[in-house]
Order: sequence, then structure tokens, then C-alpha cells
Amino acid sequence: MTVTDSGQRRTPKAAKTNSVFKKVVMAVSGIVMLLYLVAHVVGNLKVFAGRESFNSYSEWIRTVGEPAVPSYTVLTVVRIVLIVAVVAHFWAAVSLWRQAKRARPDRYVTKKAVAQSYASRTMRWGGVIVLLFIVWHILDLTTGTVNPDGDASPYDRLVASFSNPFSTAFYVLALILLGMHLRHGIWSATQTLGQSNKRRERTVNAFAIAFSTVLIAGFLLVPFSVLFGLVD
Amino acid sequence: MTITQDGSRSTAGAASERRGMNLTLRIWRQKDPTVKGKMVTYKVSDVSPDMSFLEMLDVLNERLILDGDDPVAFDHDCREGICGMCGVMINGMAHGPQQTTTCQLHMRKFKDGDTIDVEPWRASAFPVIKDLAVDRSALDRIIQSGGYISVPTGTAPDAHAVPVPKKDSDAAFDAATCIGCGACVAACPNASSMLFTAAKVTHLGLMPQGQPERNDRVVNMVAQQDREGFGGCTNIGECSAACPKGISMENISRLNHDLLGALRAGARPKS
Ligand code: HEM
Ligand code: SF4
Ligand code: FES
Repeated sequence: MTVTDSGQRRTPKAAKTNSVFKKVVMAVSGIVMLLYLVAHVVGNLKVFAGRESFNSYSEWIRTVGEPAVPSYTVLTVVRIVLIVAVVAHFWAAVSLWRQAKRARPDRYVTKKAVAQSYASRTMRWGGVIVLLFIVWHILDLTTGTVNPDGDASPYDRLVASFSNPFSTAFYVLALILLGMHLRHGIWSATQTLGQSNKRRERTVNAFAIAFSTVLIAGFLLVPFSVLFGLVD
Repeated sequence: MTITQDGSRSTAGAASERRGMNLTLRIWRQKDPTVKGKMVTYKVSDVSPDMSFLEMLDVLNERLILDGDDPVAFDHDCREGICGMCGVMINGMAHGPQQTTTCQLHMRKFKDGDTIDVEPWRASAFPVIKDLAVDRSALDRIIQSGGYISVPTGTAPDAHAVPVPKKDSDAAFDAATCIGCGACVAACPNASSMLFTAAKVTHLGLMPQGQPERNDRVVNMVAQQDREGFGGCTNIGECSAACPKGISMENISRLNHDLLGALRAGARPKS
């Protein structure tokens, strides 16, 4: 094999952290967020039980565990875990993104994708959009900062937000991107954690598609119900 | 520049009565690793569909030499699909439109009048030596970092002295068919060498002889591929689809599994 002398070799900055370790951080933090999303979608469906029920659910989240622990304890713990997960996930994503950029500084003049899915291609920018969505979503429905009806009850804030078509459109777009993110993410995490093999590959991918579809459909049910006046 | 092959010098043999194809090639020309390269257009006429892609490039080079031009540098050795030297990017696909090596790709896969783009593998770990030839010694260094079994020399043991379950020997053999061509790196959007490394980790990790060094092997090989400047794997699957030997994605999962086990067992890469 031909060898260029080491002076000519562009030896890049050695990766400081093992690239597989970064993937494991991504997989574990992704799964933590995923479990939260499952709880979140179930909670959202309370909206169909009416204003009272939804608002008291929102109250319950804040007071659960009382009197054993002060109110807001459980919620604060969940928030800290999620913040750590988001930061870790984002750190690993950006770090691998930069590593990939360094690994191919000169692009192909012609490059054809043979096998990659649309979902796998949109992980990075899709992830960034999802992150922006999460920030907006918290300002909209948790703090009420950007909500047209910010001081109202949780239920009324939700209805106010989704009565605005732009806000609904952003919500729908971000959720579809999130669904694709999870479709590739679930498969990728299975690989990263070393749990895939030829026999399981089909099952893992079928599960990833079914799971993401059901989850996102669950999330989309709420804005569409507001849009069509089923919830007001 | 127009390059026309005269009929009497045809290498096509049996197909010489058939009318050959006229092709436009756009080939990456780069003098050495330090300068910038560019695509240069060449016309090649009367190409037999029975030629291999490399034979077609040979025809072009013969004419370039006769014209006093610099022939296109490309790597090759066995020309029978086993050495892994001949990788180039053809129309944006590693080794071209068929899942095989460039030397085993035949011109019948193209049509008369086609324009074909030919580029080198692109990865900072694979510096271009000249034109289409790249230095893939980074893959050798990954192997040197752990892709071996340290056995005492002496007479070879009997083949059946150490029993290996059929399932394992089949999977190990499949992984061992990797020829180190680098198509996986070339095709990967992250320029990751994960499929290559995973094939070797799987091959040796499934054999009884590979067990003593199994943990050290995986941590050192992964550390070396990071050090060489390859990208990280995001399980996209372009590698396996481009691999002339069909090395499967399950090998990557097996590498990850071994790596996590090794790290838990306290194995750390040599610095
Ligand atoms: C609710 C939010 C999110 C969830 C539930 C989630 C979940 C996941 C999961 C399970 C994985 C697979 C991990 C692996 O490959 O081993 C993943 C990968 C990834 N995530 Fe997220 N993620 C979320 C938000 C984000 C955000 C905000 C970004 C911002 C950039 C992001 C970027 C990525 C990237 C780049 C990958 C790697 C893609 C790949 O393996 O091909 N994710 N995510
Ligand atoms: S895994 Fe396949 S594509 Fe990669 S170096 Fe080996 S033979 Fe080539
Ligand atoms: S020249 Fe040996 S594999 Fe193509």
C-alpha cells in the first residue's frame, strides 16, 4: 500500500473523547427524553376530559408527592434530569457533527445517496429545529411568556396558542421532524447500545416507525382538536 | 481534448464487431497532496461494454501517454476484486453503480453517450496522493492497533483442534471478507471507518483465538480510528450499501456491544 510521508498527512486534532462514547451519551439521553415524551403525551390527552380535569392535572404535576416532599420537588427533579439530558444530547450531537466536518473537509463534486433515509439525513438540522421548538414551547405553554393569553389557566393558554394558525403550523412541523428524528434515533440507539443484529433489524425498524407514528399522532391530536373546535 | 481509440488497437476481443460506446469522462486531476485539484473532461470513444472500468481508464491513459500528457493516476493491483486497491468514486457512488469493486465493474453498466464523473475517495484520513490515488494507510494503522491475534509461532494446529460453533464461524468468515478498500469511508456522510473497524473486531472477536485480546482490541482500534481523523458513525447505512463484500450493519452493533463491555471491564486505550 502506498504511503504518503507523515508530513504530508493532514493529521487532524485527535478526537478528545471516544466517538462511540459520544454516541452512547446521545443514545442514553435520547432514551431519557423519549420516556418523558411518552408520559407527556399521555398527560396531554387529559385535555379531552375538559378544562377542570386538565387544570387539576397541571396542579397535580406541581404538588405530587405532598406531603412527603414539598410541592414542586418531583417537578424540579424531572426538570433537572431533562435539562441534563438535553445538554448532553446536544453536546454529543454538535461534537460528532464537527468531527464529521473535519473528517471530510473537501466535498464530492458528485455524490449519490444509495441507502440513507430522509430521517437519517435530517437528524442534525431537524434536531436544531426541535431544540428551538422546545424553547418556544416552554415560553408558550409553561411560562406563558409568548402566549397570547399568558396569564390564563393552562387549559386556556393551550386553546389560545392553538387558535393561532402560525403557532399550530410551527407545532405541527416541529413534531413531524421530531417523529422522523425518533424513527432514525430509535434504530440508531439500538445499534449504538449494541443491541441490534441481522435478525432483529427488521423488528427494530418496524418498532421505530410504529412507535414514532403513534407518539406524534398523539401529540398532534391536541392542536387539531382545537383547530376543528373539538376543544375550546 | 479528444481521445479516439483506433479500431485496430481495440482490447475488446470478442466484442470487437459490436459498436463501442462514446463516453465523456470528468476526472479529478490533482498533482500532489498539497495542491488543489479540479475536474477535467476527456472524451473516450469506441469503448467495449466488456471492458472493466479500469481497462477503460487504461485505454484513456495509453492515449494520454502517446499525446505526451500526464496519465491519470489510479490505484489497482489484483484486478479480480480481492485486493481492495482500486476504489474510486464513480458518478457519486463508491466503486460505481454496482456493489462490487471498480476492477469488477464493467462498462456494460453504462450507456453510449454517458457522462461519468470519477473522483478519489474523500476523507481527511485518506489524503490524495495524485489524481484518483489516495493513501489508505490509516486503515493499516487501525489494524496495527489491535486487529490481530498474538499467537506463538510454530507448526499450524490442526484445523479441527479448536472447535468453533458453525454460527460463529460463518459470521466471523463474513466479516473477514473485508478487503480494506475504504468504500465504506468514502460513501459515509460522516467519513466514518466504523464498518471497516467493526468487520475486524467481529471477525476476531467471534473466534476462540481472539478472546484474550478482545477487550484491548476494540478500545484500541476505536481510539486509533478517532485519532486518524475519521468521523463518528450515525448508523446511516451508506457504508454497507457501498461495501463490495456486503459487510452488514450488524457488525457495527457488535463492535459497540464489545466496546461497552470492554470499557465496563476497565479496558482503556493505549495512548
Ligand atoms: C425531545 C427531544 C429529543 C429526543 C427524544 C431525541 C432522541 C434521540 C435518540 C433516541 C437518538 C439516538 C441516539 C443514538 O444514535 O444512539 C438521537 C440522536 C440524535 N439526536 Fe436527538 N433527540 C431529541 C432532541 C434532539 C435535539 C434538540 C438535537 C439537536 C441538535 C438532536 C440531535 C440528534 C442527533 C444529531 C442525533 C444523532 C443522529 C444519528 O445517530 O444519526 N436531538 N436523538
Ligand atoms: S467494510 Fe467493505 S467497504 Fe469497508 S473497507 Fe471493508 S470491504 Fe471495503
Ligand atoms: S484491483 Fe484488486 S480489488 Fe480491484
